Amino acid sequence: MVLDASLVGYTTATSAPYEVGREKIREFAEAIGDDDPTYRDPAAARAAGYPDVIAPPTFGVVVTWLATSALVADLGVAPSRLVHGDQRLELHRPVRAGDELVTTACVERVRALAGNILLGVRCEVVDTRREPVLTTSATLVVRGEG
Amino acid sequence: MVLRRLADVTEGEVIGPFAVPVRRTDLVRYAGASGDFNPIHWNQRVARAAGLPDVIAHGMLTMALAGRLVTSWAGDPGALSSYDVRFSRPVVVPDDEAGAELEIVGRVRAVRADGTVEVALTVRSGGTSVLGKATAVVNLAS
Repeated sequence: MVLDASLVGYTTATSAPYEVGREKIREFAEAIGDDDPTYRDPAAARAAGYPDVIAPPTFGVVVTWLATSALVADLGVAPSRLVHGDQRLELHRPVRAGDELVTTACVERVRALAGNILLGVRCEVVDTRREPVLTTSATLVVRGEG
Repeated sequence: MVLRRLADVTEGEVIGPFAVPVRRTDLVRYAGASGDFNPIHWNQRVARAAGLPDVIAHGMLTMALAGRLVTSWAGDPGALSSYDVRFSRPVVVPDDEAGAELEIVGRVRAVRADGTVEVALTVRSGGTSVLGKATAVVNLAS
């Protein structure tokens, strides 16, 4: 597929639900070296006003990266050609254990620059009640072939 | 953890610095936890073939580590409502015990009456800035 402005608006099918588990949150918190009890201890999370443990803010991008990867695969771009250029993250509420999140990804911008293509991808994540949870927008640099 | 109140925050206030090492083992752990197994983050041969000097850290790991400074300062990780970064330079991670070191500093850029506080973040590795336009917004109770 040719990567040009005609792709703007191209949208993936809504993803299968991603079920957020306590142990996945703990694993992610450990990987970023963060020992905040709100990520690990349900009692501490409840004391802070949350129904269950919450995820570190950038965990949201783990969820949207799956949909983004699916979109990029639809466009026929090999993952090895991708470089992450920028990332915007807007959290409407914290992601928490027990969430079932569905994501739609769409192409927001396409621009050629110095032999590369800059691909802007926006993701909207909602829960099972269709309430918005987070919105992301990323620029992926698709490096020119050869 | 102490919950930060809006009244405790002043514009221009410096947060940190916070220094954190990033070693190869941290990259492998982050790859597993995040599901991003791009080999440029763990395989020197692939990284060099892609034109990089060596293995580089996931941009999202750098973003997450810098985010820790803001969430621990706020005292509630759920207070963060938006966070934007540009990955301006790669964090090169050598294959040794020390790895790379990130030096992270925050500065309160704006305090608004609606309770939102904007924090500008600077992240350097090896004396070079690796994130551009890094900004986090937290919502604090008055």
